Amino acid sequence: MDAEITLRVDGADQPVTVDTRTTVLDALRERLGNTSPKKGCDHGQCGACTVLVDGRRVLSCLMLAVAADGAEVTTAAGLANGDLHPVQRAFIDHDGFQCGYCTPGQICSAVGVLEESDGELSRAEVAERMSGNLCRCGAYPGIVAAVEQAAGEQR
Amino acid sequence: MSAPARSPQVLDDKISGGIGASPQRPDGTLKVRGEFAYASDLWHENMVWGATLRSPHPHAGIRSIGIAKALAYPGVHAVLTHADVPGENAYGLKHQDTPVLAEDRVRYQGEPVALVAADHPEIARQALKLIEVDYEVWEPVTDMERAAHDETLPRLHENGNVVRHQRIVKGDPDARADVVVSGVYELGMQDQAFLGPEAGLAVPAEDGGVDLYLATQWLHVDQKQTAHALGLPVEKVRLTLSGVGGAFGGREDLSMQVHSCMLALHLGRPVKMSYNREESFFGHVHRHPARMYYEHGATKDGDLVYVKARMYFDGGAYASKTPVVVGNGTTLSVGPYNVPNAHIEGWGVYSNNPTCGAMRGLGAVQPTYAYESQMDKLATALGMDPAELRIRNAMSEGSTTVTGQVVDFPAPVAELVRRVRDMPLPPPNTDELGFPGGAANTTHGEGVVRGIGYGVTIKNIAYAEGLDDYSTARVRLQVIGGEPTALVHTAAAEVGQGLVTVQQQIARSELGVERITLHTSDTSVGDAGSSSASRQTYLTGGAVRNACLAVAERVYALAAERFGVEATNLSGGKVVAADGAVVADLAELLGEDVIEETREYHHRKTYPLDPETGQGNAHVQYGFSAHRAVVDVDTELGLVKVVQLDCAQDVGKAINPDAVLGQIHGGSAQGLGLAVMEEIQVTDGVVRNPSFTDYLIPTILDMPPMRVDILERPDPHAPYGVRGVGEPPTISATPAVANAIRAATGLELPRVPIKPEHLTGT
Repeated sequence: MDAEITLRVDGADQPVTVDTRTTVLDALRERLGNTSPKKGCDHGQCGACTVLVDGRRVLSCLMLAVAADGAEVTTAAGLANGDLHPVQRAFIDHDGFQCGYCTPGQICSAVGVLEESDGELSRAEVAERMSGNLCRCGAYPGIVAAVEQAAGEQR
Repeated sequence: MSAPARSPQVLDDKISGGIGASPQRPDGTLKVRGEFAYASDLWHENMVWGATLRSPHPHAGIRSIGIAKALAYPGVHAVLTHADVPGENAYGLKHQDTPVLAEDRVRYQGEPVALVAADHPEIARQALKLIEVDYEVWEPVTDMERAAHDETLPRLHENGNVVRHQRIVKGDPDARADVVVSGVYELGMQDQAFLGPEAGLAVPAEDGGVDLYLATQWLHVDQKQTAHALGLPVEKVRLTLSGVGGAFGGREDLSMQVHSCMLALHLGRPVKMSYNREESFFGHVHRHPARMYYEHGATKDGDLVYVKARMYFDGGAYASKTPVVVGNGTTLSVGPYNVPNAHIEGWGVYSNNPTCGAMRGLGAVQPTYAYESQMDKLATALGMDPAELRIRNAMSEGSTTVTGQVVDFPAPVAELVRRVRDMPLPPPNTDELGFPGGAANTTHGEGVVRGIGYGVTIKNIAYAEGLDDYSTARVRLQVIGGEPTALVHTAAAEVGQGLVTVQQQIARSELGVERITLHTSDTSVGDAGSSSASRQTYLTGGAVRNACLAVAERVYALAAERFGVEATNLSGGKVVAADGAVVADLAELLGEDVIEETREYHHRKTYPLDPETGQGNAHVQYGFSAHRAVVDVDTELGLVKVVQLDCAQDVGKAINPDAVLGQIHGGSAQGLGLAVMEEIQVTDGVVRNPSFTDYLIPTILDMPPMRVDILERPDPHAPYGVRGVGEPPTISATPAVANAIRAATGLELPRVPIKPEHLTGT
């Protein structure tokens, strides 16, 4: 069965007709041409597909597109206009990636973490909250440092 | 046809920083925005999707393959089998023993049998279920030791089940010692588990050839094998690198290369293939599991007298890199230690387990785990400190290896061990989240014991045993927009390690030019060799340097012609004489001229091993690293928390210190994974855990704080004195963690990964 929905992706309304079984990830990548979120496992195990839906981080491979009808979907490509988001800048500053495949998901997740936290973030808490995003290159020390820097700037 | 959308991309060419600096990655901005196009992101107008039917059986005959129903399924454009392979239905890195598509038998679960192209990936996968394969299921060969010796087992290939046997004999093989320790060690099958799945887009060309855009580690070896299987001359199969989502060895063998090209050429339209996670576990080779019998003899003072070892490596269904694993495994079998007498034998075998091949630390991970376990056992038997025993026996410059090769470059092994030993130790844990079990709150510290362990390794860098190992670079210097600009073009694969950054740094330093543009890596320039064996900064770095030097020579000739002055240096956009005087402004001197040079870099010659004694100068360089691990173990639940993992490594010269640190962090994480969690579990040839739910890799929570000490003792034989970086930390981390867990628990723990049931005895 098809459904007509509208996703507001990175600030632009995107009407699209999708099979109701389509995930947000497939709608973005295959229907709307936004390949910023990555498909690492398609089962919610790796976090590479993380996007923000109405400001909350979501595994886009586990959310049906029809459930996001009318919602604001933000990918790493749309986090900032032109310039980089402070979290993106921090990932570059601290070498928080190598191959970069997990990075758009890590960054959306980190933006979500900063949104969730209401105060100081300890290293342990950063790690706890970022533990759903795998990085096989093992750039974890850089990721922790990047999230700490961005948290400091937010304060 | 045109190039696909979203590839290639233009990397940043306006970054500063030469050799020894840590400039921003030129692909950094694209990567943090998700706009760096990986192979799985590629798209082409009019493309269809390919999918692969794989064998459910580890060992079976094929009586027939029926494709009619699949072909009739709406949306399906093609169904191909072995009968459709245009060239020879065989490929392989070392032996051409691997069918593109299975003919009359399958040798492992997941072996490709047929291909489908359809309008949508789901339609293609549905159609796979309609292909009727009549299998005759056979008993699989699954034990590596029996495969090596039991002549009654079925022969999986023409020449039997032994891919390579290598013996190494040094000194007196019957030497006797005061103190003897022995053990049998096993290592499970580790997976590269790169996050970006195997993917590629094949676009048929008007000349009857094909353009393939893909993620790989080595464009030219893919090109050669693919062309051979397609029955095309190599120049008609052109490969272009797209974004690579990690590799770690797993992309060195072919996956979808021939398959996607076959479908594209058959249909005359672009075909994209992209594996899903489960298929990826079957779509690439893994790390060889091993069983190793070791005996160490030492004097009562702790000097090593001899090492005897028998080692078995399970190569699975096809040869892949098994010959190299046996070569590395035996030649590195005694570790970075002075051992006067040795008798080593290694076997690499065929079985019906998943095919094993390249993975970071190739052939060194297995013996390092074994000999470092032995060193701790020996230290206990001698009543010596384990770090002291290692320092006492450490090899150094001038040492002779087990193959009789004299180490003619720095080998600061003792210093590496001292450095990690002397780093401050972490305090006892007081944080609720810091115990094993973490936020699951499984303990308040009761039943938790702490241990400290060491791991030290030696890894050969670059290709060995007589291979002519080289890379190629083309450098073009010209003035663009008033600014001197260099274009660097190689076929080397950026897989995340930061080779693009390093190439820019070298060109900046050698040419004194700020703006360095990188040409997309493709097969229109000479071979760069593989992004493996920790070799690219050494080999491709050397080639970029050579090409830059050749370009500089022509600039000097131009300066001599114009000004009659001998220039010797390019710096800050100026042409400079030996006395430091500026001869000319580079942009003004060049004017409209374009200077382009292509050069290769070959490393020093190496030699094959003697087939009987295993003696020979097989390796060009070694890398060394030492780890010290501190662990907390919950002995009641069998949970391990690595509290601290410190590393010292000699890198010769850190071209990019931040990237070196990244390699050490990442390698250590993968070594930790092998120590406590990572294993493809195989029962009777069948993989039990092909998902990230069941195959665990370290998360950010598993990654301990690391202190890293980087030594720079230049290798006089290597460009800039560099020493390969990527592999050693992967190797020494595993035994450091295992030894720490042993120290904490007193258990023997002869197998990695160490699992909770090994610790609780349940």
